[in-house]
Amino acid sequence: MTITATDSRTHRTSARRRPARTSMLKSTRFSSVTRPRRSALLTALTSIALIYSLLPLVWLVLNATKPQAELFTSFGLWFSDSFHLIENIAATLSYDDGIYTRWLLNTILYVVAGAGGATLLAVAGGYGLAKFNFPGRRAVFAVVIGAAAVPGTALAVPTFLMFSQLELTNTPWSVIIPSLISPFALYLMWVFAAEAVPTELMEAARMDGASEFRIFWQIAAPLLAPGTVTVALFTTVATWNNYFLPLIMLRDSSWYPLTLGLNAWNSQASTAGGEAVFDLVITGSLLMILPLIAVFLLLQRFWQAGLSAGSVKE
Amino acid sequence: MTVAAPVAHVADPAESSQPPVATPPPRRGKWTGWAFVGPFMVVFAFVFLAPIIYSLWLSLFRDQMVGGNQFVGLENYIQAFGDQQLWRALGRVTLFLVIQVPVMLGIALLVALAIDSGRLHGKNFFRIAVFMPYAVPAVVATLMWGFMYGTQFGLVANFNDMFGLNIPSPLAPEWVLLAIGNIVTWQFVGYNMLIFYSALRVIPHSLYEAAEIDGAGQWRIITAIKLPAIRSAMVIATIFSIIGSFQLFNEPSILQAMAPNSISSSFTPNLYAYSLSFAGQQFNYAATVAIIMGVITMLVAYVVQLRGMREDMR
Repeated sequence: MTITATDSRTHRTSARRRPARTSMLKSTRFSSVTRPRRSALLTALTSIALIYSLLPLVWLVLNATKPQAELFTSFGLWFSDSFHLIENIAATLSYDDGIYTRWLLNTILYVVAGAGGATLLAVAGGYGLAKFNFPGRRAVFAVVIGAAAVPGTALAVPTFLMFSQLELTNTPWSVIIPSLISPFALYLMWVFAAEAVPTELMEAARMDGASEFRIFWQIAAPLLAPGTVTVALFTTVATWNNYFLPLIMLRDSSWYPLTLGLNAWNSQASTAGGEAVFDLVITGSLLMILPLIAVFLLLQRFWQAGLSAGSVKE
Repeated sequence: MTVAAPVAHVADPAESSQPPVATPPPRRGKWTGWAFVGPFMVVFAFVFLAPIIYSLWLSLFRDQMVGGNQFVGLENYIQAFGDQQLWRALGRVTLFLVIQVPVMLGIALLVALAIDSGRLHGKNFFRIAVFMPYAVPAVVATLMWGFMYGTQFGLVANFNDMFGLNIPSPLAPEWVLLAIGNIVTWQFVGYNMLIFYSALRVIPHSLYEAAEIDGAGQWRIITAIKLPAIRSAMVIATIFSIIGSFQLFNEPSILQAMAPNSISSSFTPNLYAYSLSFAGQQFNYAATVAIIMGVITMLVAYVVQLRGMREDMR
């Protein structure tokens, strides 16, 4: 607290000398208007939102440690008598000849091919839109932005109808191909590429006789890396969490991603003769969200930058 | 294909990315840009434009008992306009969005303002923890809340037992819309909070200092500086929340297994289109419903944007 106070005083004095520069410095170094006091009351009030956000996750972790019978007999927000987490994980992975692992591998396939492909297309497309003037460029912009306003799920039924005509349904392609397009990703890379890749650098490379492909690959791509990571992260989340599209496209459960698989396990209890496996649904859910949470925590810098690029630009 | 993806401005980017657009670098061939944009546009045409055109085409036909697939002009649309189930579903999502969107955005805004004020203890933890549910797939979020809602082994049952209460089941027909609203709010509060927070962070702090010198309190600073400054972020968040509400599908579809009596197959327009095509094989009519919903959604989004922008100019 004392350090902050001294700090701000030094800034004050220098502010008189160089107003423009210090006001910039201030905004990055200080979180708010002149020396905000930490408020216990505000912290407590905001904690309500915090508890709301974390409560279901805490519930999930606690209940992943219970055998199915004790789900019904124990208090939801505390451990039960037996600690079955390891047993539950083992049961989740081995149930029905290890179908969970198959679903996990499917999900990874859809993410790598779908989100990976979406990222590549968006990076190349955004770079092309930002750095080249070509016939039809305005039309591309208009069409893609217009399409971004078309709700994704409204497209799903028509896409299914078209894919079933082409006999693509019930194959991995039916999930991967629609995942390849993200208008948001294209927009983000466009804005990013416009600022990150200096045109002079491209010109210099052209003088040296580099091909356009080489300029893209060796000069632009490294400069585009931060934007690429952001886009990859968001398309990964979209693909990893995708439910509606695979639900429509896939009949055969061996092509299911985890989202569909977990839902199938859950619905199993309400079908005639189906075995209730709530313990596996809960443990499977926990296992499914851990990788994404880990990725989000590790790559904070990128998704936060991505959100500001998408929303803040005036 | 997800509604949750942080989507770009609908109209702004044309303006904001104008500088790089207006001064294109000199190049070798004027078609070079297409080499980079082409791949995106080819896939885009296949998964965005083709399904839209195909469903427009489908909506003009009808599979009839006598005569097979026949051209019926606008008959499907006329049928849709008199379809009680569709309008009741639309009424339901409208009621949902009128309540859920303001509550969600309100909470998101309060948390964003609290974090931005710099008065919280551990503000980074708040920011990340409140955002975390965004990484949780809709399927897992719905399953978790569905279990917690349960009067059998859920938290509701626990509280009823512990305190001798008689909380009605959130999955009962009268409460289920609220129960779904809570799940959606839980998933997206953090995401919207982050959009608002990113917008708040770029406000020049010299404005706050000037306001303080003029004797403005915290409340004045919020209403006179902060809120107007993040108006465009609020408009965007509103538009995408509205689109998300109209497209409501995942949560009711998954809850259906847990509450079959509360959620009919035409609970939301999207669920209706889905059951028309997959349970009823009425593909032509399903395509018609999807198109009508797409048009309504775009109209509403457009009106909100227009209103938001007009007030901007005042």
